[in-house]
Amino acid sequence: MESKLRELLSDAELLGFYEQMVLSREFEESCAEQYTKGHITGFLHLYSGQEAVAVGTTAGLQKEDYILSAYRDHAQAIVRGADPNRVMAELFGKATGICKGKGGSMHLFDPKLNFMGGYAIVAGQFPIAVGLAFAAKLKQEERIVTCFFGDGSMNQGNFHEALNWSRVWDLPVLYICENNFYGIGTVVQRASALPALHRRTCGYDIPSEKVDGMDVIAVYEAVKRAAAWIRERQRPYFIEAVTYRFRGHSMADPATYRSSAEQEIWRSRDPIPNFAKRLIDEGITDQAALDEIDARCTARVEEAVRFAEESPWPEDSAVWEDIYV
Amino acid sequence: MSEMTYRDALNLALKEEMRRDPRVITFGEDVALYEGSFKVTRGLLAEFGEDRVRDSPISENTIAGVAIGAAMGGMRPVAELMTINFALLAMDQLINHMAKVRYMFGGQVFLPMVVRMPSGGGSQLAAQHSQSLETYFMHCPGMRIAYPATPADAKGLLKTAIRDDNPVVFIEHEILYNSKGEVPEDPEFLVPFGVCNVMREGTDVTIVGYGRMAVLSLMAAAELEKEGISCEVIDLRTLNPLDEATFLKSAARTGRAVVVEECWRTAGLGADIACRIFENCFDRLLAPVKRVSGLDVPMPYSRKLEKLCIPSVAGIVEAVREVMAASY
Repeated sequence: MESKLRELLSDAELLGFYEQMVLSREFEESCAEQYTKGHITGFLHLYSGQEAVAVGTTAGLQKEDYILSAYRDHAQAIVRGADPNRVMAELFGKATGICKGKGGSMHLFDPKLNFMGGYAIVAGQFPIAVGLAFAAKLKQEERIVTCFFGDGSMNQGNFHEALNWSRVWDLPVLYICENNFYGIGTVVQRASALPALHRRTCGYDIPSEKVDGMDVIAVYEAVKRAAAWIRERQRPYFIEAVTYRFRGHSMADPATYRSSAEQEIWRSRDPIPNFAKRLIDEGITDQAALDEIDARCTARVEEAVRFAEESPWPEDSAVWEDIYV
Repeated sequence: MSEMTYRDALNLALKEEMRRDPRVITFGEDVALYEGSFKVTRGLLAEFGEDRVRDSPISENTIAGVAIGAAMGGMRPVAELMTINFALLAMDQLINHMAKVRYMFGGQVFLPMVVRMPSGGGSQLAAQHSQSLETYFMHCPGMRIAYPATPADAKGLLKTAIRDDNPVVFIEHEILYNSKGEVPEDPEFLVPFGVCNVMREGTDVTIVGYGRMAVLSLMAAAELEKEGISCEVIDLRTLNPLDEATFLKSAARTGRAVVVEECWRTAGLGADIACRIFENCFDRLLAPVKRVSGLDVPMPYSRKLEKLCIPSVAGIVEAVREVMAASY
């Protein structure tokens, strides 16, 4: 029997989940538009479809917990609290960007939010997450480290090294696999000997579970439980969130390797309208209130684009700055 | 001052810095219970305990990455890679991550970390355990690189490395571990980065070396003195930052230069140093700059063949004689 939403969270929190998912979606769809206009260049990997994972996970953590991610990182940063203006300015390559325009889409970072970076070498974030967890444990801090990654990264050596190490040293790491079934165009069955990805942690004696990554409440509950477990035991834990990206791997990918039937099935599982329906069905809100939230998010993203457009380019001298202390 | 080995000087630097700053920690393969493959970490586990001195799995890329994460998290890790050859397994974390995060995150983070790695050939360890890969690191911006030649520098440079807020690749020469020299006892004895050591002053020719190559250059200079050739021997000490000014000034004054590198000749750091001398001192040079380099071959095992591959005192002496004889 499904829990009633109000038994889990306050109305404000529930509507907050909805708003964060909508803001993420609006932000990503706006990025696609700005990319087409040539305002955003380079690689651009959009998160549309996966919002329930970022929102549910972030809500299940404490503010002091570290978060690391891969290159599909906009939503995770914004949900964590990063200023959409400065994230959009970063994508535009402007001096006001969250990393002064030096990182771009794949390398968002904000230490004030304990958002410890987007990393663009597949699986590169694993060892760094383990190191942060080691520091936290040595300093006897309460915090845990959450490491987001995609299904494709589980076939890199780093994944295996890091999982093994974090269990041998018993470090507080929460591994969140966002299984969207495709490493660019290679479907998980063609890349992983065991497509049930969460089962792959048994070789490292790390407990794991699979959760519906299209259901923000399911993700939230799983993460909250896992985070408490990790904090208490100071040991790693693994969650596979099954999800789907509605767009291609990046803007350069038309995603022709996925059938339209498959895409339709997943579109019907879109985490945003499904959650909206649940909020209305359980009498928490009505459509008019949700429309207001949608409009607020659209305006927020429009403001971010305006900010990015009006922001100055970096000075040429910046090219030599921030290499060494 | 007291006489000690290069190994003990490194060990003393680690101990002093760990006593001074509780954020300094060390880990790597066999560094704790086994006390290090080259015994540089002897006694650390007993003094500082297993939180601060830890054995790691054989996972070089993760050793480097854990150091990055620990540094981001407020520690000052000193990671040991058993040898520089295994650093190739860690190049993703060292080059793609360690050297990049500060820049790509817009200066919002710094990495006060050291990655120690024994290096060099000469012990008949064959192709996979005898490499000199310093140029690989020197090519990449975003990290400091120290390579001590003497026990005093081993102590002073390692202490500076640990106190530096930049990531430092710290290269130690395996054959130098047993070399002895006078080392200052002062726990505040530091050797600054980016300042060459003029090991010997001279007027006829400038020899530029680093690590064991600086030691061999000094021996060659003693030989050459008997022939009446006065050599200025310069040890680079740090490959990044590179103290260009000192060797350029010297080469401009002597008008002749020999660069000694243990790495392969092709696209090696010697080519870079020689080029800098040509670019800046061309009108002062009395002869073309000469390189003494490792042979461009995978290292053979047989000691008869191995000798051919690594610069020697005789080889440096010969190169200096040639430079002295040559003229434009």
